[in-house]
Amino acid sequence: MSQSVYGARVRRKEDPRLVTGHGQYTDDVQLPGLLYAAMLRSPHAHARILSIDARDAEAMPGVVKVYTGSQLKGLVAPIPTAWIPPESDLKMVEHPVLAYDRVRYAGDGVAMVVAESRALAEDALDAIRVDYEALPAVYDQVRAMATDAPQLHGDAPGNVALHWTVGTDTDEVFRAADVVVSQTIRQQRLIPNPMEPRSAAALYNGATGELTLWATSQNPHIHRVLVSGVLGIPEHRLRIVSTDVGGGFGSKIACYPDEVLVAYAARDLGVPVKWTETRSEHFTATSHGRDHVDEVQLAGTRDGKVLAVRVKAYANMGAYLSTAGPGVPTILFGLIVNGAYDIAHASAEVYGVFTNTTPVDAYRGAGRPEATFLIERIMDRYAAAIQMDPVEVRRRNLIRREQFPYANPFGLSYDSGDYHQALDKALAMLDYPAIRREQEALRRQGKYIGIGFSTYVEMCGLGPSQVAGAVGFQGGLWESAMVRVHPGGKVSVFTGASPHGQGEETTFAQIVAEKLGLPLEDIEVVHGDTNRIAMGWGTYGSRTTAVGGGALALAADRVVAKAKTIAAHMLEIPEEAVQFEEGRFHPEGSRDRSVSFQEVTLQAYLAWNLPAGVEPGLEASAFYDPTNFTYPFGTHIAVVSVDAETGETRLMRYIAVDDCGPTINPMIVEGQIHGGIAQGVGQALYEGAVYDDDAQLVTGSFLDYAMPKARFFPRIELDHTVTPSPHNPLGVKGVGETGTIASTPAVVNAVMDALAPLGVDDLAMPFTPARVWEAIQAAEGRKGGQS
Amino acid sequence: MEGHLSIQLTVNGRAVAGEVEPRTLLAHYLRDALGLTGTHVGCDTSQCGACTVLIDGLPVKSCTVLAVQADGSAITTVEGLASGGHAHAVQRAFQERHGLQCGFCTPGVLMLSSWFIQQYPTADDRQIREALDGIICRCTGYENIVQSIARAQEIQRENQAPLAGEAREGVSS
Ligand code: FES
Ligand code: FES
Repeated sequence: MSQSVYGARVRRKEDPRLVTGHGQYTDDVQLPGLLYAAMLRSPHAHARILSIDARDAEAMPGVVKVYTGSQLKGLVAPIPTAWIPPESDLKMVEHPVLAYDRVRYAGDGVAMVVAESRALAEDALDAIRVDYEALPAVYDQVRAMATDAPQLHGDAPGNVALHWTVGTDTDEVFRAADVVVSQTIRQQRLIPNPMEPRSAAALYNGATGELTLWATSQNPHIHRVLVSGVLGIPEHRLRIVSTDVGGGFGSKIACYPDEVLVAYAARDLGVPVKWTETRSEHFTATSHGRDHVDEVQLAGTRDGKVLAVRVKAYANMGAYLSTAGPGVPTILFGLIVNGAYDIAHASAEVYGVFTNTTPVDAYRGAGRPEATFLIERIMDRYAAAIQMDPVEVRRRNLIRREQFPYANPFGLSYDSGDYHQALDKALAMLDYPAIRREQEALRRQGKYIGIGFSTYVEMCGLGPSQVAGAVGFQGGLWESAMVRVHPGGKVSVFTGASPHGQGEETTFAQIVAEKLGLPLEDIEVVHGDTNRIAMGWGTYGSRTTAVGGGALALAADRVVAKAKTIAAHMLEIPEEAVQFEEGRFHPEGSRDRSVSFQEVTLQAYLAWNLPAGVEPGLEASAFYDPTNFTYPFGTHIAVVSVDAETGETRLMRYIAVDDCGPTINPMIVEGQIHGGIAQGVGQALYEGAVYDDDAQLVTGSFLDYAMPKARFFPRIELDHTVTPSPHNPLGVKGVGETGTIASTPAVVNAVMDALAPLGVDDLAMPFTPARVWEAIQAAEGRKGGQS
Repeated sequence: MEGHLSIQLTVNGRAVAGEVEPRTLLAHYLRDALGLTGTHVGCDTSQCGACTVLIDGLPVKSCTVLAVQADGSAITTVEGLASGGHAHAVQRAFQERHGLQCGFCTPGVLMLSSWFIQQYPTADDRQIREALDGIICRCTGYENIVQSIARAQEIQRENQAPLAGEAREGVSS
């Protein structure tokens, strides 16, 4: 091997199939005799089901069967939740696969039609007659807690799903502080919208009892555990396949009723069944993200030292608890509300509330964007209150290099970093003094630009499992890897992680290429098939490379160690004297005699002359549990212009300096950051799910829900610093979510900075032109009233 | 079949004949009847562009066209983009510049881009971004899609330069 591929911008191994149309997405599955399913969903946000009459539908040509909730009750277990935060008094309400007595959100499943074609199944939906008795509905979590609010579940009084507190007592600090700033912030509901809709296809083999379920999943093994439990199919008879998945962003973690129903029908009918949601269905039937109302308070000194921060959060859980839903506004949010700052006292109190809306679960960042937004916004408010530059306030409070490992007030141990260095690098890219001068000059011409900062840190790379247990996650958070060297010297790698766009078929091959000294072409990474790979926990929480890559590094090391033993025997030298370099084993200090990795592999399989006690074959597994989370960090800066006449915001520059440790493939890392930033900017400026008073989703399609487009963005300017994490063998930190976590507050702070001279000091996301314009008008009205 | 209409079209250079329900969308016909699952369906309101194919050389969202409307036309899908075993300039460029992540929007983006670089071989960053307005990609933030299209313009120029023909690479990287 001449040049190392580790750390290089090598092209992705997944691309050749994807650019030629040969990906294997779930909806691409074609099977002989395939039937199609369609779901009838409640048009009401809250209603009693009085009766369902499916006879006409079942009589339609091409319709095979209609399933309803009352038929399945008792045959199919309810959908479970997999995160039970301790001491949160979580109300484990029943979530039936199809509603049988009551629907609790518009989109709640009521019946499933199975027919000979997609179109026939959809036609039949119209022929099912459901008698509903509409009930009052509530979509807002604060209103849902009022005494007169409609109640969703008998066993969750006041609609409170959970109540959880964490942190130190802050009352005394707040009482004594010179400066206290407070704000109530709404972090709007978002719709994940991966471009591939959710889909499931199931094939049952009556002879063997094996059920194969193709599903759009970020974590096929978690799906296997949950579907197995719900349907009573033992795990060794249930195979989940998620070969190519078209993005997830958290929305493909959960186990949904749909895939369970498809599997049930395939087994029941003995014929394969497929279902794919329409985009409109995705808007109501796939989990949503964010939706917090937060009261945040910061106590500090007049000279810029933050003393305490506290948060009271009302998180909308939707109508039922989604798979990871309860963990998002608690563990993934509350434990990091101090952000990247050295703040001695901090606390969080969280209410999770049931409402008549689509269940809420992880959405890229999951909890950490919410926490980051609060601290980054309140830091700016604090800066304004003490009339200090927002950069200077951050500089004075950022955790200093010598403080690592840093114990935050919630007991997290931040691994490593130089937060000030990232800040300085970003400021240099910006030329901060120059842009402030420009801002001044433009203001005099009645033009408004703003500069916004976000000096974030986040916790990711979820494991370790002991922590998972302690925080109520009903699973482990280790990862598995297996490296199998075939007799000819080519390698198959099996990972329990389940990448769906993040490119680990490439980065994982780079890890193995580096370890084994083989060319990238000789290595194939296999994922997303529970029959081919060992138990693993999947891809979310920016854990794949930190945890799955860690497992892989260990497995590859084990392969090399065994190969070394065999090589020593072949070279007739002691094992300690063997050196492995560039794919060859040779005696230390001498390259005259050597054996190649391929020669050793062949010997391992021939087993004609193995050292005593060495088993034939050359493969190794590792189950790796990290010692801690990883903590990527950095500084993001947004520069925006706001047109005071129209309220339109334009992103002029976007600078990001991130530190995710050493990078295995910088090209892929940059791609993750770009995409993350676009999603975070989406929240700041464009995206927002809106419900009307009847709890109907008003923004139910791409026509009403503004997805970021290419023309909304300038060129993204990236740089990085490199601080390895001591928490895993590769030193890497997760990077899948940093862009989203960092960018929303950077952009919002920039817009608020632009609007400051106009007297606007509070505004709810997304910053649409209409909203900004109205805020400017209102501020002018106030000014007019004063003069 | 009752209520079905006959259609004849050319798909990726091959003559195809079939019977379709009048309401069948071209996107579904390509995927379900012809097994050309490279064309993706990402929405039901004609916003996302994942389903874009070339109809008689023009990029069209195949979810907005009935299969019967395509009768008599020549269609190119992502499966037919490479010719003679050679990757198209956009297929090369998107791999070189990491213009795809999950790959779901990619077929549509590639088809649009293949037409665009031919029509506007020197379009700048801003014009490329405008041209992508009918596309939604959730993964890339568009940055590397824009870079990929710019790179594809370059490759196209290289390919058009005399003697540069041999420099083309195969589809697999
Ligand atoms: S599927 Fe055709 S535009 Fe979305
Ligand atoms: S690459 Fe995933 S949607 Fe574009």
